[in-house]
Amino acid sequence: MSIFEYNGSALVAMVGKNCFAIASDRRLGVQLQTVATDFRRIYRIHDKVYIGLSGLATDAQTLYQRLVFRHKLYQLREERDMKPETFASLVSSILYEKRFGPYFCQPVIAGLGDDDQPFICTMDCLGAKELAKDFVVSGSASESLYGACESMYKPDMEPEELFENISQALLASVDRDCLSGWGGHVFLVTPSEVQERTLKGRMD
Amino acid sequence: MKLDASGLQTFAPHRADPDNLYPDLSAPPSFDLPGCPDFDGFQKKAIQMVKPAKGTTTLAFIFNEGVIVAADSRASMGGYISSQTVKKIIEINPYMIGTMAGGAADCQFWHRNLGIKCRLHELANKRRISVTGASKLLANILYSYRGMGLSVGTMIAGWDETGPALYYVDSEGGRLKGKRFSVGSGSPYAYGVLDSGYRSDLSIEEAAELARRAIYHATFRDGASGGVASVYHVGPNGWKKLSGDDVGELHYKYYPVVPAIVEHEMADAPPA
Repeated sequence: MSIFEYNGSALVAMVGKNCFAIASDRRLGVQLQTVATDFRRIYRIHDKVYIGLSGLATDAQTLYQRLVFRHKLYQLREERDMKPETFASLVSSILYEKRFGPYFCQPVIAGLGDDDQPFICTMDCLGAKELAKDFVVSGSASESLYGACESMYKPDMEPEELFENISQALLASVDRDCLSGWGGHVFLVTPSEVQERTLKGRMD
Repeated sequence: MKLDASGLQTFAPHRADPDNLYPDLSAPPSFDLPGCPDFDGFQKKAIQMVKPAKGTTTLAFIFNEGVIVAADSRASMGGYISSQTVKKIIEINPYMIGTMAGGAADCQFWHRNLGIKCRLHELANKRRISVTGASKLLANILYSYRGMGLSVGTMIAGWDETGPALYYVDSEGGRLKGKRFSVGSGSPYAYGVLDSGYRSDLSIEEAAELARRAIYHATFRDGASGGVASVYHVGPNGWKKLSGDDVGELHYKYYPVVPAIVEHEMADAPPA
């Protein structure tokens, strides 16, 4: 089994009209053994930028700590928060630093930029950015997530419809994956507020 | 010159012999061997290809009122869930059931084969085969294929002239008689619940609930087990399916979600 699937994960971000949602499952496992069902793999960088780290959990947590550190230095020097595009470049360059001994993570970055334009992108473990206008997925359930998102995504969704769609896509996808599921987390980010919701899902 | 090797032919001819429409069903079926020089290498690759390493949880135990048999219903290939509705408890005859863990095709085929043999035994001897005898038939066949890549882990449970009986049989040739078994990737979790809750004087309802709980807990912890928890009971009058519960619903029955208490709600301050 691949080291990217050692802990199991499902991660998805979707764009709506002046808003975005990022969602993940809640399982942390060691191969087939489920160890925790309240695990978080989506982290807040600041109120309008979120990063989800799928793959090996230990690398995800280390990487997150480095990203927080670098973002705090940026805040001190620039006296402002990073734009999502800038943050994505930061993640990319930190990943490529470890070109020959990578972090076994596939990040998903989502944020609201200037004029509240949503931004989403994903990367491989070496930092190759992949921008998307509609949705991005990663994790051990990524194949099924592609299928679910491909059929459920609509452009310019309002926040509530976006929440419903991303949740249904996530829950449907993890039902076809042994290594992810056990509930979900959804962050719904609009220009005025951030909502975090926990999804009830199948616990098998 | 060509050697006449027809006398060495051990396989049954492909075309049915009109005088012998019913070949010896009690003989073990024979299979063609692959015609390639590297038999072992082919064998190894073929095993990897047909082995969907079906993660499973099955369990069975004997108590005063008979035997309880339970299983989940998930079939997986690597991390992918290929089905959530597999029938892992196979009905061999009205008094005997088998469970399925390991290769799906191997289990299905050899259980069906065992069913045929049990029926023939019944017709020849005018009485039902004992569970001991049936499990030994299966174990002997599996032993004859030992090392050829069969993947079977099964429990044969039933009621015969001696009362309730339970055997564990696997493709390594093992055959064990016992009161309590669990087989599959989820078996350690199921054993945990089963061993702590087992008593021989359980009622049928209590025993079924214990089995259901054990399967549920296995599906919760084991990524390769899930779907529906089916529970069967075998008594003096044969087997009966007691329940089939979706573990997705079972979880919230065992652990209902308590709505979180809102600690501090934002409200407008009353005008001074």
